[in-house]
Amino acid sequence: MQAVVSAQDFSCRHNSAEVLSDLSFEVGEGDYVALVGPNGSGKTTLIKAMLGLIKAAKGCIRVFGYHPDEQEEWSKIGYLPQKHLSFNQGFPSTVREIVGLGLPAKKTLSGRNREADIEAIDKALELTNISDISHKLIGDLSGGQQQRVFIARALVNEPKLLILDEPTTALDPETRENFFSLVNGLNKEKNVTVIFVTHDMGTIGKYASKLLYLDKRIIFYGSFDEFCRSDSMAHFFGESSQHIICHKHN
Amino acid sequence: MDILEFLSYGFIRRAMTAGSFIAVLCSVLGVLLVLRRLSLMGDGLAHVTFGSVALGLAMKVYPLYVSIPVVMISSVGILKMIERAGIYGDAAIGIVSSLGIAVGVVIASASGGLNVDILSYLFGNILSIGDAEVYISMFLAALVLLTIFFYFDEIFSMTFDEEFAKASGINVNRINLILAVLTSVTVVLTMRLVGIMLTSALLILPAVTAFQIGRGFKHTLFIAAASGVTSVITGIFVSFCLDLPAGASIVLINFALFFAAFSLRRFNVFHG
Ligand SMILES: Nc1ncnc2c1ncn2[C@@H]1O[C@H](COP(=O)(O)OP(=O)(O)OP(=O)(O)O)[C@@H](O)[C@H]1O
Ligand SMILES: [Mg+2]
Repeated sequence: MQAVVSAQDFSCRHNSAEVLSDLSFEVGEGDYVALVGPNGSGKTTLIKAMLGLIKAAKGCIRVFGYHPDEQEEWSKIGYLPQKHLSFNQGFPSTVREIVGLGLPAKKTLSGRNREADIEAIDKALELTNISDISHKLIGDLSGGQQQRVFIARALVNEPKLLILDEPTTALDPETRENFFSLVNGLNKEKNVTVIFVTHDMGTIGKYASKLLYLDKRIIFYGSFDEFCRSDSMAHFFGESSQHIICHKHN
Repeated sequence: MDILEFLSYGFIRRAMTAGSFIAVLCSVLGVLLVLRRLSLMGDGLAHVTFGSVALGLAMKVYPLYVSIPVVMISSVGILKMIERAGIYGDAAIGIVSSLGIAVGVVIASASGGLNVDILSYLFGNILSIGDAEVYISMFLAALVLLTIFFYFDEIFSMTFDEEFAKASGINVNRINLILAVLTSVTVVLTMRLVGIMLTSALLILPAVTAFQIGRGFKHTLFIAAASGVTSVITGIFVSFCLDLPAGASIVLINFALFFAAFSLRRFNVFHG
């Protein structure tokens, strides 16, 4: 079976500094990968490279078998960027309109299926619990509410691959729980592949099936069980950190 | 004076027709520019227009024919500077804008100084709007509206978040290029109506007026267009009745509309 994401000897630069070196890994269909690592370790860079926002310096990274410049399956990908709060707060758009941005762009004349769009948007609004604020302007919402809008935008086209860059920062504990169970459900029931970045070491083991620990290169990639049993990881992180990551895992 | 008499003047009819189409163009493109923090694009390109008009007058060519290609190249240049060299939008505009003025001043002084012709371009002259301007502005307005109609999803997505748009497979560079070219021609036409000095007002003011009351992206575009057209028609009328310059009148009416919209919003905030 074809991998959803595959990287071969992939390296990446910002200006002249190498930020990611020689990554090779595969993410299979239905995997739930936690992408972790310290600040500046290249997590966001890796995600952007998958989406073609940053070019490879060497090697290549493919999503659904396509090089980012030739990607033909955009509608199968849902993306939540990390820096979503840097947008213009005065932007004159409603929540509904913003969520609709996650749908593939359609040519207005050639059979735009408005009914289906409205249904998809309604569903995403409901899943993220923002139906009641769907007619508000985006700038009139709180940070956490805005985050939910962007989560809805990532979910609206029912993607087969969800790429989430720090999805739970700004969410209150209850919303965070709901969010994880939502994504978990998509993963388990619809076999949606999930890649998410987080710094919340305590909770990742509860949901994710795999761990990709990045620090400019791959320090560890494998299942949680492997990670928790690995002596070299215990050595690398120190037993106590390994324990924090693993103790909630079952 | 009655309306019929007012409309019986050919130059008034031409100015109103071309002006309304130009207003729609400016307002719609203005909303996109302001939201992308390229508000001063119009100002910068207008300054380039000054350089190209001076060049046209010196070469004894109809200035519009020199301005349109020169301004197009400049706007693409501004985009490339932002994209490739990572220069901030305002700085890139500043560079191209001052270059335009400098070239204009050099050419004008070499060819006998600032004359009446150049001054009429600086402050606009509705008497100078001929049939050519009327047809170009109609054609262009149709082109811009069709572009926005066909690429609405893409343009909206890019305006909100260019990186996300790219990550949804939108060819951002191509659409940026199309918008830059359309903006250039719009700026050159607007200059005939209100003059180089006031061109950017027609791009910025209807947009910010619409932001005060717009309840969504489409709604905002619509309000901007309506307020732009209102300002041009009222402005020309007022200028004719009171014997004031048309360009400045249009800009002042625009400001009045903005102020009204702003107050309306404040009123709503306090009472709802
Ligand atoms: N636009 C940029 N220009 C230059 N260097 C950059 C740029 N973006 C990131 N970097 C560098 O690339 C490295 C990796 O950054 P990246 O954003 O991928 O880290 P991250 O793992 O997502 O960190 P965080 O946990 O803080 O989000 C950092 O050292 C950073 O300094
Ligand atoms: Mg990051």
